[in-house]
Amino acid sequence: MKKIIEVNNLQTSFGSRVVHDGLNLTIGEGEIYGLLGPSGCGKTTLLREMVLLQEYSGGSIHILGDDLKQLHYHEAQTLRQKWGVLFQSGALFSSLSIKDNIALPLKEYTKLNQKMIDEIVAFKINLVGLKQADAHLFPSQISGGMKKKAGLARALAMDPKLLFLDEPTSGLDPISAREFDSLILKLRDMLDLSIVMVSHDLQSIYDTLDKMAIIDNKKIAYEGTLENLNKSESPFVQTFFKERL
Amino acid sequence: MYSNSLTIEQTSEKLEFYFSGELNVYKIAQYSEQMNTLNFNVKSLLIDLEKVTVFDTSAALFIQELQNKTSHTTFHITDKKIEENLKLVKNQPLLESDYVEKKENFLESLGKNAHENFLSFTLFMEFFGKVFFSGIDYLKNVKNIRYKEIAFEINESAIKALGIISLTSFLIGVVVAYQSAYQLKIYGANIFIVDMLGISILRELAPLITAIVIAGRSGSAFTAQIGAMKITQELDAMETMGFNPYAFLVMPRIIALMITLPILIFVADVMGVLGGMIVAYVDLGITSNLFLERFNEVVSVKHFLIGMIKGPFFAFLIASIGIFRGLQVKDNTQSIGFNTTKSVVESIFAVIVCDAIFSVALTTLGL
Repeated sequence: MKKIIEVNNLQTSFGSRVVHDGLNLTIGEGEIYGLLGPSGCGKTTLLREMVLLQEYSGGSIHILGDDLKQLHYHEAQTLRQKWGVLFQSGALFSSLSIKDNIALPLKEYTKLNQKMIDEIVAFKINLVGLKQADAHLFPSQISGGMKKKAGLARALAMDPKLLFLDEPTSGLDPISAREFDSLILKLRDMLDLSIVMVSHDLQSIYDTLDKMAIIDNKKIAYEGTLENLNKSESPFVQTFFKERL
Repeated sequence: MYSNSLTIEQTSEKLEFYFSGELNVYKIAQYSEQMNTLNFNVKSLLIDLEKVTVFDTSAALFIQELQNKTSHTTFHITDKKIEENLKLVKNQPLLESDYVEKKENFLESLGKNAHENFLSFTLFMEFFGKVFFSGIDYLKNVKNIRYKEIAFEINESAIKALGIISLTSFLIGVVVAYQSAYQLKIYGANIFIVDMLGISILRELAPLITAIVIAGRSGSAFTAQIGAMKITQELDAMETMGFNPYAFLVMPRIIALMITLPILIFVADVMGVLGGMIVAYVDLGITSNLFLERFNEVVSVKHFLIGMIKGPFFAFLIASIGIFRGLQVKDNTQSIGFNTTKSVVESIFAVIVCDAIFSVALTTLGL
């Protein structure tokens, strides 16, 4: 399987506080890969480093073959068009309607005519399970679950092959959360996505993840599939997956 | 690898498209331009996707649209993935095309604006009432007064503003003196610069300049702070915990500003007169001793007091409008900008209206 993300000996520190001390992980094409760990272990930091929002202090991250530290501005811009990111609370642009939020990358990066853009937007809205009638609403007028779906539709606007999700099911009711999980699985199969996500939601971890990395105490406590989890001796794994082991 | 291209073959009977290489959202605009001049009124259409390497859902939508243009289409596809993609986009519902953004005519928008302004006025009155009510409640018991917050606000909105206020009023003093010195010289009435500066600065200019600077500085800060707190639901949290936001956020700010504005006006008085004094010496040759002696004779203390009295009134207007606007923020980011702008504009306007009322009332009273 092709590797799309490789993290080697990653070091991160904020001032004197060390967050990551030598992380190693590899994510393969077509995988749904979870980043797990206790609060404050640096999962979201790792995700932010992968999407070029944050600098790391040592080691390397390769995404789709590019070393993030070696990128020039234009290379970084090209790389940014190859992935989609869904933030925890959607991060929709509050001055734009849902439709315009999704259409924004299409308008900026392509020369498509309005009709084609509308068609793509309508398709994406349908894909994530929103209603066409919601397209004209603004972010402040919709619920948290809808914001996440709209955020996902925006992340998928350019048909990226790589998707980053930051706690996609947090703040959703259990039913919506399960719907979101099956949506992610469905999208992965339909669109050949590779997905990296940070999650705390046990059910969602069991249902969706192919592989996972558990970060604990600044290092990777476990990397692999759910089935082999019982081989890990990390205290976090022992408590978090209590029922499962 | 195939290079990215589209080859078109057209006869009167049929139209043939041979795509190769990448066919994705970045490419379709170019291809659809290439097809602009084509005549789609043909019997059969052939779409060949055998050499396509990259195919996404946008491309699938594009192909489907081509297909819809003629009655009969044949495909050449070997890749399963492409077929799946094409199947995926079949029969997608479209955006509601009958949705039109409503355009308002002049009367409609005039009416709406008037109604909105009326509503915001009534809301302000409600806020005013609450401030009054909680103000009485607040001051009834000395223990209730939150000295720490008040001290913090005094530091934030007054002590840190001393520099800019000194500089602004010094320059205003210089400018006014310089302009009037030129006129007074013509008449040889040099010494009257003291009367002019004394009265205009103490009575009008210093309070106004101070109030305008503070409205821009603290009024906007109040709006942005409280607006952000509203968006992050901090205000709701306070309320559910039984902390009255009026006691915690509103009163300390209003009281702090009412205490400090007169002090700032005093500083502005001193700096403004100082600026005038320097110009009077340099330009008109009036020494500082002479200036101060004349100042003592002609500028009565009432001018100074009137300037100071305005302070708390201006402060109350600036603080309450700033906070009111902060509380009006809705849960989106634009609303902070909108309300901050409004807060500054409205408080400066209110200060000037208040000043006009003072001016008319006091003159009528013979002060």
